[in-house]
Formats: sequence, C-alpha cells, structure tokens
Amino acid sequence: MKNLLQWMTALIAGLLLGLGLILSGMANPAKVVGFLDVTGLWDPSLGLVMGGGLLVGTLGYRWLRGCQVTLLGERMNLPTNSVINLRLIGGSVLFGIGWGLTGICPGPGLVLLGAGMDAGVVYILALLAGMLVYSVLEYVRHPHQRHRV
Amino acid sequence: MSIDWLSFTPNAALAAVVGGAMIGAAAVWLAWTQSRIAGISGIIGHLVDLLVQRKREAFGWRLAFLLGLVLSPLLWSQWAELPPVTEQTGVAGLVVGGILVGLGTRYANGCTSGHGICGLSRFSLRSLVAVGTFMVTAMVTVFVMRHLVGGAA
Repeated sequence: MKNLLQWMTALIAGLLLGLGLILSGMANPAKVVGFLDVTGLWDPSLGLVMGGGLLVGTLGYRWLRGCQVTLLGERMNLPTNSVINLRLIGGSVLFGIGWGLTGICPGPGLVLLGAGMDAGVVYILALLAGMLVYSVLEYVRHPHQRHRV
Repeated sequence: MSIDWLSFTPNAALAAVVGGAMIGAAAVWLAWTQSRIAGISGIIGHLVDLLVQRKREAFGWRLAFLLGLVLSPLLWSQWAELPPVTEQTGVAGLVVGGILVGLGTRYANGCTSGHGICGLSRFSLRSLVAVGTFMVTAMVTVFVMRHLVGGAA
C-alpha cells in the first residue's frame, strides 16, 4: 500500500513536470537552442522557465526545511552534496556539448519519446548507452560501493 | 544581441513562467511526498546502475516518475494539440549528443532539473558551478555549430 502511494505520487510528479515542459516550450529543441544561441536571434524563454521554477522551488524547499516527515510518513532526508571537483566540471562540459548539439536534455527527451517522435527514441537510446558505459565503468572500479538507493 | 520577437511573444513568455512554475512545483511535490530530488538524469542513471548491479531496491518510484514524463504528452493531447517541434540535428547528432548527455550527467551527478531547478533552489554552490559550466559549454557549442561550422546544427 505504501509502495503504491509512493509510485502514484511519483507518477504525478513526472506528469506535472512533463506538462510544464510542454507548456513552457522546452520540449521543443528549437526553443532551447534559440536561448543558447546568444549571438544570433535570441529567445529568452528558457530564462523565464528557470525563473518560474526557481521561484516556486526556493519557496517550496524553504517551507520543507521545517518538515521532519514526508507526506507519506517517512523521515525527511533530502540529500546534500557540496563537492566541487573535476568530475562535476568535466561531466558538465560533456553534458553541455551534448545539450548544445541536440537542444534536448533528459526530461524533454522523455517527453519527445512519449510523443512518439523518432528523435526522442534515438536520443533516449543513446543517452541510456552513455549511462550504461558510466555504470559499468563505475561498477568495475568500485564493485562493492553502495549508493543510496 | 537581438531578441527573436517572433518566437518570444507575450503568450510564449507567460507560458514559460507558468510552465517553469509547474516544473518547480513537481520538484517540491516529489521532495514533500518522498524526500527525493527530481533530477531526471539521476533517476534514469540510478535505474541503469541498479540493472548493472542486479538490484531491485527503490526501482518502483523511479520507473513511475519516468512513466509520468513519458505519458505527459498523451495527457496533454487529451485537451489540446501538442505544440510543434523542430529538430535541431539529424540522427548522427542525436546519437553523439545523447551519449555525451548520458555520460556527462552521470559524472556531473545532475542535469537541468537536478542541478538547475532543485540545486539552485536550495542555494547549492556545487549546482551553481555545474549549471554555469553546462550553460556556457552549450552556448559555445551552439555558436560553433551554427555560426562557425554553419548549416547542420
């Protein structure tokens, strides 16, 4: 029963996030590249999406700081990580190149997949391949390391 | 710099703010209900991790969350037509780009949602460094592909 509630609330989060991406135009790679193309004809939309998201996010997370338990009754324990290292920066560079090439980050990729677009299918398969390489490399390096799951 | 007023209409600007607020609300909702970060690359990546390590713990909520994202266009199309999509690159670009995004977001431990929305909302310096890095890199990539190489991108 608790699992079912967990899955349903997670499903709602995914649906809401996806609808937000579609409404904001961020599921359209042309809008994203329009923002990234700062030296060409510039479309500021992505900045406003971030603004709207950060407004609600900042207020929401601040309010959650006072919560000891989640809505489903678990202990509130949001992960914190403050390490700034080469992995963070190198990974972000790779991500930035891929994002600039396609105009698609992982969320919109899943939305395009759900909309039945070939581009979404190809992009998500390639993304999974990249992640599989990472997981295998990490598993070979640290076979016994346990992540928080 | 000149603004693309044909794309950036008042309606588009309003939709961007409201859509962004929905994205933020989804992140807060996931944190409130189950103390989780709505980072899409991390959620997909953990599923891949679990498959590689042949574990099944905490698989369900991740799959349900991703299913919600995939189903969102179907829900949208129940009451409105899906907005048009213009692709920016061909199959080769999608394959190369997708692999780079997959690898990069795992090493960086986050993408536009996890670092961009969740991390910045929590005033994480680590996320600010990540967002600054991938934003600038993506802008440089678009500049190179559009204005130096030209055409294709």
